[in-house]
This record gives sequence, structure tokens and C-alpha cells, in this order.
Amino acid sequence: MIELDDVWRTYPVGEVEVHAVRAVSARIAGGEHAALVGPSGSGKSTLLHILGCLDRPTRGRYLFKGREVGQLAEAERTRLRRHDIGFVFQFFHLLPRLTALGNVELPMLFAGVGREERRERAAQALRRVGLERRAHHRPDQLSGGERQRVAIARAVVMSPSLLLADEPTGNLDRSSGGEVMALLEEMNREGLTLLVVTHDPAIAARARRVLRMDDGRLVEEAKGGSPSPPAAGVTGAGDP
Amino acid sequence: MSLLEMVAFAAAALRGHRLRAALSVAGVAIGIASVVTLTALGEGARSYVVGEFAALGSNLVIVLPGKVETSGHAPFGGAERELTLDDYRAVAQRVPLVRRAAPLVVGSETVRWGERGRAVPVLGTTAEFAEVRRLRLAAGRFLSPGDPDQGGNEIVLGVKLARELFGHANPLGEAVRVGAWRFRVVGVLAPRGRSLGFDFDDLAFVPARTAMRMFNRASLFRILLDCHRHEDLERVKREVTTLLADRHRAEAVTVITQDAMITAFSSILRALTLALAGIASVSLVVAGVGIMNVMLVSVSERRAEVGLLKAVGASNGQVLTAFLVEAALLSTLGGLVGLGIGVALVRGLVEVFPEFPAVPPPWAMAAALVLAVVVGIAFGVWPARRATAMDPVAALARR
Repeated sequence: MIELDDVWRTYPVGEVEVHAVRAVSARIAGGEHAALVGPSGSGKSTLLHILGCLDRPTRGRYLFKGREVGQLAEAERTRLRRHDIGFVFQFFHLLPRLTALGNVELPMLFAGVGREERRERAAQALRRVGLERRAHHRPDQLSGGERQRVAIARAVVMSPSLLLADEPTGNLDRSSGGEVMALLEEMNREGLTLLVVTHDPAIAARARRVLRMDDGRLVEEAKGGSPSPPAAGVTGAGDP
Repeated sequence: MSLLEMVAFAAAALRGHRLRAALSVAGVAIGIASVVTLTALGEGARSYVVGEFAALGSNLVIVLPGKVETSGHAPFGGAERELTLDDYRAVAQRVPLVRRAAPLVVGSETVRWGERGRAVPVLGTTAEFAEVRRLRLAAGRFLSPGDPDQGGNEIVLGVKLARELFGHANPLGEAVRVGAWRFRVVGVLAPRGRSLGFDFDDLAFVPARTAMRMFNRASLFRILLDCHRHEDLERVKREVTTLLADRHRAEAVTVITQDAMITAFSSILRALTLALAGIASVSLVVAGVGIMNVMLVSVSERRAEVGLLKAVGASNGQVLTAFLVEAALLSTLGGLVGLGIGVALVRGLVEVFPEFPAVPPPWAMAAALVLAVVVGIAFGVWPARRATAMDPVAALARR
């Protein structure tokens, strides 16, 4: 699903170049559950946004389902974000003026899905996260955990194959954080590839793989006593 | 995503900051209202002036001797062939579309009654003149009708001349002297003011033939015509020119219509109206800058939203359109409100001054509305482009 090959992301800051991501190589197979950990400023979010096709590597290759994202036109990357990738953010980023249902409809609105179908699929996605009774509430009438579940419904309503979650529990109390993670893991068991960026060792421990970032470099942590080499992982497509 | 859905989306976004939206709508509304009101006033002034001119006799045709283009001196002396009473008779009788015609001879002489005298223009003409120029009389009657070659000793005085000579005495039937000639007063004109270069309150009318003898002239100063219908003016003009060219064996007369003057006035005032509209449009540009300001604030406030829209699969084009539609909604709403205010203002004005025919011209209303929408879109482009150019990554990481 995901192949990173010597990926760099460099920002010019004044005269100096800052390397947010340095020489990262990794593979994530379809259906995996991986955690991306590391201190703030280590480049986790930058890497996540590259994976989500919101950003492009400065150098190196990023293959998503075998296609090199850096070479794709903007319109193609928009299509990938629309159909293949779902995002969940720490601060939810629900539009305050729309109801829960309206927020879940949003990706379908831009994809040009008709009104009736939009309503139906959004309602279904809300049912999936257990919020069908909150469909007509606005975000400010929902609890933090409920807001994050609406955001998850929005992220999966287009049936993506990859879900990227940036600190999904970072702004939640322990119990609603647990609910949110349980929901994400359930979706992962149904086949959704899940990558969770987190500070929380407890959350990271729930993932099958833990990728640690430090100062832009990526290291795979050994898990459960069975050490695995860096950037290992099963991948469907071999190097072309 | 259909345009309707885009409009609904943008409208919902505007509801998120009502006060700001309302203020920029108000800016556009003021601009449009001033365009509508000022053009209505300008057009009102135009139709008022044109109407007043028409009341003076817009079916008037003036024939003068000599071929003048633009210089003013030709009618005096320079003419190869002069207008005669026979020319006048020919025009009056042989051009069927002419309703009435009057010759005009002009001189200057002192009119005396007893000890008092006053030097005034003395105009020689016929009975028809009163009707051609729509003259009204304060007392008595105008010159009596009859053969223009007859002459006679009747005189009609302007109201000021009569007052200067007679004071409160009744001038009717009194004998006055004009130079060496004796006349009998048959009428006094009602106040009229200036028209065609003469002060009609301060002159005297005598029969044309008498005036020609008195001033030792063989020719006429002007022939004035009145035709039945306004639409016939051009034809009358052509026919008179042809007839006189035929009689003179050369095109030696100039025929002008008052229509030309009205047209000139009308176009001057229309230009004035456009200038007013232009000045008012400046306020629209200011309103456009207001919209741009609101949109810029809105874009920078909603960085995270732009990032989110991109993350859920909105293309750059869709993000751009969403913000442009917001700007266009603001300006269109402002335009409609402004039209309403402008029309109401003009209505109110007409209530207060019913004689002033101020009506907002439809072309101005349509142009103002189109201008409002264009201003909104034009001033929305830059903020919208900033929205699409923003780095969504940075925006999404923050609250």
C-alpha cells in the first residue's frame, strides 16, 4: 500500500534549510495497524501529510498503491485524497456551522455525490460510529469523544483504504479516547489500513508495529520481544 | 458539486460571521443606492429640461438666409440671396406639412408716447407669429391677420415696454411713435422672458411690410415655421430647403430646427448623468475593497477549514469557487439592497417634488447590479487565491 524510499522533506527557513523528514524508507502493507511515535517537532506530522498527499516529498519516492505521488498532477492527488485516504485530526476540524450529518456529508459534497445518496451514506456512517441520534446536532452540542467519532465517520464515508489519524485521542479524556481507539481498531480489523500518530505509549502499544521518528529519521521499534529490522514489513508490491 | 450546492455552502459560511457580512453588504448597498439615485436625478433633470423645451414649441423650424455651417456672421450681409416676403409666401403656401409660417424683420428704434421714449428691438411680422411662438397676450390682441404685403399701423408692446411708457395708464388704443411713424397700440404681451435671443418683454411688434419700409429693408431676417407633427420636422426641413434652393437657383438658406437644440441639451445632460454615475461608482470600488478586506480576514481565520476541505478531497478549483461565490453573494445581496434603497429614495423625492420627473432609468439599475456582482467577484479573486495557495499542513496541526 505504502512504500517510502529515501524520502526527504526540506523547508527553507530564512537562509537555512530545515530537514523535517530525512531519508525515510518504510513499507506499510494494506490492512496494517501502525503507530508513528516521537517527540514534538520530530517530523511525524510532516510525514503524515506526505502520506496523505497533502504535501510532496522534496526528494525521494513515495508510492501509494504503486503510483508515485510526487509525479502526480494536483488533480490526481485530489482524487486520491477524496477516494482513498481518510484523515482524523487531534482538533477534529469539524465545520461549526454544519450539523454532524452535514460534516459527514462534506467529502461527498465535493465528490459530487447526489443529495439523496449523500444523506443516506452519511446517516449510515454515523450509525457505524454510534451517533445516529446526534445527527442533527452541531459540533458545539457534542462532547469531545462524540466530535471525534463524527470526524471518523467523515473520514471513512468515502470508503478509503487508508486512514491517517493525527493524535486522535490527544484532546480526549481516557475513556472517550479508549472508545475512539476501539472504533478505529474495529475498522482496521475490517480491512482499513490504519496509521496513528501519537504521543501516548499506551495507544502506540495497541498497534502491531511502532515506527519511531527522531529528528526527521525513522526507526522501527522492536515489538513484543521479536525484533524486526528497520523499514521491514510485508508489502504486496515489490520494488519496481 | 453543483453551483446551487456551492451557493448553499458559501451562504452557510457567511452566516458564520453575520456582522462582518452585513457591514460589507451595507457598503455595496450604499454604492449601488447612490448610483441609482444620482442617475435618476440626472435623467430627471434631462427629461425636465427637454420637456420644458418641447413646451416652447418643439415643432419649430427656423429658416435663415445664407449657407451657414458653424460661423455666426454669415446671416448678416454675407448672404448671396436674401429671403423675401415672396419666399415666405411660397413656403407658407406650397409646403403642405407646414401648419403656420411667420416672417421676421428686425430693427431697432425708439418707441415714444408723449414725453417718454424707450429704444427697443422692433420686430416686423404677421398674425401667425403669435401662434408659431405660442405668445399670450395680457391685454388686447396681436397683429390682425391678412396679406403680409398690406402693412398697417398696428403695434403690440412687450409687457415691460408698456409699463415703462404708460405706467398704470391703459395703453390700448393709444397712439405711439416709432421713429417718424405713428402706430396705434392693439395689444400688450403677457410676460414671457427671453427666447431665441430676444427679450419678449421689452420689444414691439409691427406688421412685416411696415417694418421693412421703416428700416428700409428688402429682405427678411428669418422665416419661422410650425409643422403639424414632430415626426415631420426632417421632411419639412428638406422640402423647405429644396423649395428655396429652387427659387434662388442655389442652396442659399439654412434651415434649423429646435429639435437640434433639444438633442444637444439632451446629450449634454446625459453626459452629466453618466459623469454622476461614474462618481457614484467610485463608492462601489470602495465597497469592493471592503469586500476584499472581509474575505481576506475570513480566509486567514479559516486556514484550518481550507486545509480540511483539501484533506477531504476538495480541489483547488472548488476551494477557489467556494470563496468567490461567498464574495459574489455579498456583493449581489448588497446590489439588491442598494437597488431597493435607491428606488425608495427616488420615490420619496418625487413625493416631495412631484413636478421633478426623477425615475431611475432601467439601464442604470441593470448596469449597477451587474457592476456590483463584477466588483464582488473581482475583489474576491485575490483572497480566494490566497485560500487555495495556503499550506494546509500548517493549518491542520493547529486548533
